[in-house]
Amino acid sequence: MELLSIQQIEKYYGSRSSLTKAIDDISFSVQQGEFVAIMGASGSGKTTLLNCISTIDRVTAGHIFLENTDITTLKGKALNQFRREKLGFIFQEFNLLDTLTAYENISLALSIQKKPAKEIDEAVKTVAEQLGITEVLQKYPYQMSGGQKQRVASARAIVTKPKLVLADEPTGALDSKAAKMLLERFRYLNQECGATIMMVTHDSFTASYAGRVIFIKDGKIFHEISRGTDSRKQFFDKIIDVVTLLGGDMSDAL
Amino acid sequence: MLFKLSVSNIRRSLRDYAVYFFTLLIGVSVFYVFNAIGGQAAMLRVSESRNDIIELLKTTLSGVSVFVAGVLGLLIVYASRFLMKRRSKEFALYMTLGMSKGNISAILLLETLMIGIGSLFVGLLIGIGLSQLMSALVANLFEADMSAYKFSVSAEAIGKTILYFAVMYLVVMIFNSVVVTRMKLINLLQSGRRSEQIRLKNPVLCVVVFLLAAAMLGFAYYNVGWNYPHLNNKTMALYICMGAAATFFIFWSVSGMILRVMMSAKNLYHRGLNVFTVRQISSKVNTTVFSMTVICLMLFVTICTLSSAFSIRNSMNANLKEFCPVDCEIEYRQYTEEMYGDTTYKDITELYAEQGHDLTADFSEYVHFHNYCDHEFTFGSFLGSQLDKFMESYRFIEYQTPMNLVRLSDYNKLAALYGKEQFEMADNEFILLCDFRSMKEATDSILSEGYPINVCGTTLYSHYAECQEGFIDISSQRINTGIFIIPDSAAEEKYAAADYIIGNYKEQGSKEYESIIREVSLEVGEQDELCRLDINTKIDIADASVGLGALVTFLGLYIGLVFLIACGAILALKELSESADSAGRYEMLRRIGADENELSLSLFRQTGVFFLLPLLLAIVHSVFGMRFSAYILEAMGTEKMWISVFGASLLILVIYGGYFLITYFCSRGIIKERR
Repeated sequence: MELLSIQQIEKYYGSRSSLTKAIDDISFSVQQGEFVAIMGASGSGKTTLLNCISTIDRVTAGHIFLENTDITTLKGKALNQFRREKLGFIFQEFNLLDTLTAYENISLALSIQKKPAKEIDEAVKTVAEQLGITEVLQKYPYQMSGGQKQRVASARAIVTKPKLVLADEPTGALDSKAAKMLLERFRYLNQECGATIMMVTHDSFTASYAGRVIFIKDGKIFHEISRGTDSRKQFFDKIIDVVTLLGGDMSDAL
Repeated sequence: MLFKLSVSNIRRSLRDYAVYFFTLLIGVSVFYVFNAIGGQAAMLRVSESRNDIIELLKTTLSGVSVFVAGVLGLLIVYASRFLMKRRSKEFALYMTLGMSKGNISAILLLETLMIGIGSLFVGLLIGIGLSQLMSALVANLFEADMSAYKFSVSAEAIGKTILYFAVMYLVVMIFNSVVVTRMKLINLLQSGRRSEQIRLKNPVLCVVVFLLAAAMLGFAYYNVGWNYPHLNNKTMALYICMGAAATFFIFWSVSGMILRVMMSAKNLYHRGLNVFTVRQISSKVNTTVFSMTVICLMLFVTICTLSSAFSIRNSMNANLKEFCPVDCEIEYRQYTEEMYGDTTYKDITELYAEQGHDLTADFSEYVHFHNYCDHEFTFGSFLGSQLDKFMESYRFIEYQTPMNLVRLSDYNKLAALYGKEQFEMADNEFILLCDFRSMKEATDSILSEGYPINVCGTTLYSHYAECQEGFIDISSQRINTGIFIIPDSAAEEKYAAADYIIGNYKEQGSKEYESIIREVSLEVGEQDELCRLDINTKIDIADASVGLGALVTFLGLYIGLVFLIACGAILALKELSESADSAGRYEMLRRIGADENELSLSLFRQTGVFFLLPLLLAIVHSVFGMRFSAYILEAMGTEKMWISVFGASLLILVIYGGYFLITYFCSRGIIKERR
């Protein structure tokens, strides 16, 4: 089933005299239960694309449909409601509230949706189990490691059972061990819990955990590969090939 | 180049820290307004005795200005240090770009100079405008004629303001340079990385500390509010220190408890943004316990000064009507051997007649009588066995002075003149007249025992079981500590002490009659060295009380306003920087779908609690502190205390509330989505 459909979106920055096309006519769609990675070099427009989908930024032209709702037309309260009910966010810098415990950080996403306290407690405990952070629930962000923080942030993103989880360079600030652990959890969430995940990265290793990788260059889709029945290692090699093809600064991100 | 940087820096801070500049402007203008009062009052056409008071007002205000300058100076140094801290990142950038510390100092110097000149200029303009309004108040307080008034600018006050503020800014410049020379690049770069440790205080300890602090506060309240006769300077200072310490501990423990209490209410805690709001508040209060204490105490002083100031002014006018119902009182005492010894009685009208003046012709209505004294009958002998107990509590009373005695018929005539109730009693009875409250309470306990007194060789019993309200001498306040009304039959002529004439002039309140009576009195007084002729008039009493009222009102307003500004400014700066630090948190909440309204509500609650907490405790302090000031102000009359409290509250509400609103709206601007 088609969950997300992106139709010929464009995003321009600057004035008429010095126009930058951050996104230049991109169209693709994401199926329910898919794990998609978007790859590209710095400045390729991948974060802009994510921001447009996540309604943090607005497109200049084109439409984005999520479950038949055109999110480019949403405004004000409807937009906030859409954001808190349909989307989950994971950021590179974790973006946890440093004054709140892990438990409170996760539960906040639910209490903003005005869920009753009892329901919140159950949901938080379940998702903490899935992400292996039960023992750090009562800790504050400054007492946790980077990997734990990112998993708490991920828990916050999925605890509301969003239609789509959007992750922006989720492993960017993690060491390789923590990154691997997080990605394992993503795969678990995707395969066992049926979460639809869309992840932006410039790291081939991170991308190799996805089921499909879309490459972007200069605001346009450059290439797209699916994992199919390949092992993660084979898929990783395929990704490397495309990255080599892409050339330029992408190659130093290997 | 440096100049350009300075200018753009100021422009940027003007936007983010408008409150600081706003405070500077108010500071300058208030300073000018109060220093200009002396000059304005001098322009008004007022009587001679009021001129003396205006001189006194001038000197007092300029003395207090030194203190006020101290407070404002501290505030400015605090604020500028605070702004410096917030600019660490910027200084780090300058230093990494290779700018020398001397250059950075120069930038700061230029900034302070420009801010100083700018704030002085604008502040003085505002001050000159406000002082025109103030002169209406001055005229009103001195009940003076405004018609001769014209727009005035006090060069003296301008000079003074510039001098004082120049010194303050100079201190800030020196302070900034010292800070700059001590800066280290590494510290500056890392200043943004705040890994705030959130330590939950032990809840049991919090409760224990809270209870102890509350008990301490209660003890201090009791001693100041109820047990005041036993207060002296030393114990007073002790109780003030106790109150201050208790205030600190209450904030300390409350900051720990708010969170605990809220966390235990799970349903409430996990509703909407409550988790976030409560956490923010608790971390704010946690890190600002000391400043909260200082602000609370300053607010307490402000509330007390403002209400007392208004109260004295109000009650003085009311008192004048009540305690000075007639135009003039003349009292004559002739001492036999030495001053303050025995007196004999001489008729005042005869004394004036000797000077060729018919005194009775000056009055439309009057009572002419004398009072009596029995040397055996003193306050000490009246108290009898209770004397020792009394001396312990009331040390200031002269126990060996003979009591003042008045015949019933004379008093009744006087009461008719004053428009007061007349008394009736049997020939073996007396009535004690008293309106000084604490004295009345004390003597009531003696009267209720029902002991007889021995006066002029007669034994008399009290007609009433308690003192009666009343007085003989005209005054501006309750000062009658005790006059005995005795039956006419008991008062033999040999006990006569002084002669009195109390009455109204033919033309009520006429200054003409007053000066005639005074002129003649000088000649009467010169006759004999052993005599005392006292003239007490309504005009004199009114002048003195109006002057005193004005003095106290101005001082109260001055100190109160400056304290209020300081409190508001400190809270506002803290809250604004807090908002700047939290901007990222709001951005995050927005991303996970929090409504803009909810965010604003959360911010409003945070700011509200931050402003309300010290105010609430200060109000509690004031309720008890006011009991004490009511006791101190007893003589002044405290009937209209609540009106004054209302007036003071209104002023506090406007200024403190104004700071709150500015802070809230500025904070909302800071956390607003930046696109």
